Amino acid sequence: MARIIVVTSGKGGVGKTTTSAAVAMGLAKKGHKTVVIDFDVGLRNLDLILGCERRVVYDFVNVIHNESTLNQALIRDKRCGELYILPASQTRDKDALTEEGVGRVLEELSKDFEYIICDSPAGIERGAHLAMYFADDAFIVTNPEVSSVRDSDRMLGILASKSRRAEKGEEPIKEFLLLSRYSPERVKLGEMLSVDDVQEILSLHLLGVVPESKSVLNASNSGIPVILDEQSDAGQAYSDIVARYLGEDKPHRFIDAEKKGLFGKLFRGK
Amino acid sequence: MSIDSTLISNQKVAVEIKSSAFNIPALILSSHSIVEIKQQLQKKILQAPEFFKNSPLLIELHELTEQQVEIDLRSLIKTLRSLHLIPIAISGATRKQNSIAIELGIAVQTKHILIEPPVVEKIPAVEEVTEKIESIEPLTKTVSEIENKLIMQPVRSGQRIYTKGDLTVLAPVNPGAELIAEGNIHIYAPMRGRALAGVQGNTKSCIFCSDLQAELVSIAGVYRLSEDFDKSLRQKLVQIYLHDQTLLIKKL
Ligand SMILES: Nc1ncnc2c1ncn2[C@@H]1O[C@H](COP(=O)(O)OP(=O)(O)OP(=O)(O)O)[C@@H](O)[C@H]1O
Ligand SMILES: [Mg+2]
Repeated sequence: MARIIVVTSGKGGVGKTTTSAAVAMGLAKKGHKTVVIDFDVGLRNLDLILGCERRVVYDFVNVIHNESTLNQALIRDKRCGELYILPASQTRDKDALTEEGVGRVLEELSKDFEYIICDSPAGIERGAHLAMYFADDAFIVTNPEVSSVRDSDRMLGILASKSRRAEKGEEPIKEFLLLSRYSPERVKLGEMLSVDDVQEILSLHLLGVVPESKSVLNASNSGIPVILDEQSDAGQAYSDIVARYLGEDKPHRFIDAEKKGLFGKLFRGK
Repeated sequence: MSIDSTLISNQKVAVEIKSSAFNIPALILSSHSIVEIKQQLQKKILQAPEFFKNSPLLIELHELTEQQVEIDLRSLIKTLRSLHLIPIAISGATRKQNSIAIELGIAVQTKHILIEPPVVEKIPAVEEVTEKIESIEPLTKTVSEIENKLIMQPVRSGQRIYTKGDLTVLAPVNPGAELIAEGNIHIYAPMRGRALAGVQGNTKSCIFCSDLQAELVSIAGVYRLSEDFDKSLRQKLVQIYLHDQTLLIKKL
């Protein structure tokens, strides 16, 4: 049986797709057979970030409507054989997803895969609802700003009441916080919420802090999940996150401004 | 309403017994594991240590009794006292537990002496409610319609909790969340959302919160926004009540 993880936030543009691609690749690289599904029907870009956009023939919606088999639609990553992606359709709208159809696809994938990652679209509409409905775990991606925290809080309320686990009275979805696009310098200047500020409202298990980093844009422009850029701070942050999720005990990084990294040394002299 | 005291002539009145009503937190048990109860209580107390310190407590055992589960009352009382709580009465217990209680100096509350018998309910899962509050009903209600709720998970933005009776919340209420009760509202954790008590017009309803950061509070339709709160009340333990149609917030 696979573990189903939804990557969600409520608010748009906070880093869900970046996170889905990185975490999926991270799990696969550790030898876990993983599939990542793009629920953002109509605006697909997970395939771009994973660099397989030219290999998309059939998609998630085709499978749901029995226009193709699952095996026809799944794309195997060229860098890591344990990673598969189920892309979204660019030409259909979100109503093309049905609860019955999504449930059936997830059930079929569960037989083969260890982890199923659902990249949720923004908002709380149908696509986002179906992405979280069947989840076992939720990665809440939040940026350190008030509106993002508020939307995450709202999403947590929905997870607690509208998911399949909630409806069936089963053990609730396990919730994890990923604080993304974090800039300790800006926190220090009071321009951004700190980890503590965010936790005061959300009080979740913190899986990791991903720093604001140019490497993310570079990586997605070249279709390489940032976790494969092992030199980059964001890549390392995602590696830590995957390790912590798998139960490793890693101290948190990228939270404080005054780390004695190369960066700090360069600036201390000024 | 004083009960007649039999007074011997020309003796000064030394005692008088009046009926009075206190608001006492009720500990509603749905587990008989002392370890579990202790752990969960400790967590709650940590959130508002001053609030719980030496607080009187009514122990409600209806649910366990209904399920024919008998908790070890002696160790429960011992545990509560070790947490600096003062259990003063039990309710809904078995005959055997009642006699143990009396032995331990704990009062036994039976249904018929309560004005409003506690209606015991499973801890409800917080629901996301989208529908509007039902239309206004007459205030006169039979006792069985009164429903009290106890919420132990955080109430998150967009969630709305409605109850016909009293609402007690032991976890943070976040901005954008709404607590609505026809009776009183008690919040023993940071209160950052909205609280509306006495929504069917009961002007005697109150809101108690241990850490006032609310966006809005209202009693029987009279409301006040956070921007109109006195700054000295922020994050304080307060009582919110109506006095002559004016909403007052008092530090406790
Ligand atoms: N840690 C980061 N540092 C810098 N830029 C980032 C970081 N994470 C994400 N971004 C950038 O933010 C933008 C949005 O990221 P992404 O597409 O992953 O968000 P999303 O939550 O999936 O958005 P949507 O809600 O539209 O699906 C992208 O341009 C991405 O490069
Ligand atoms: Mg996205």
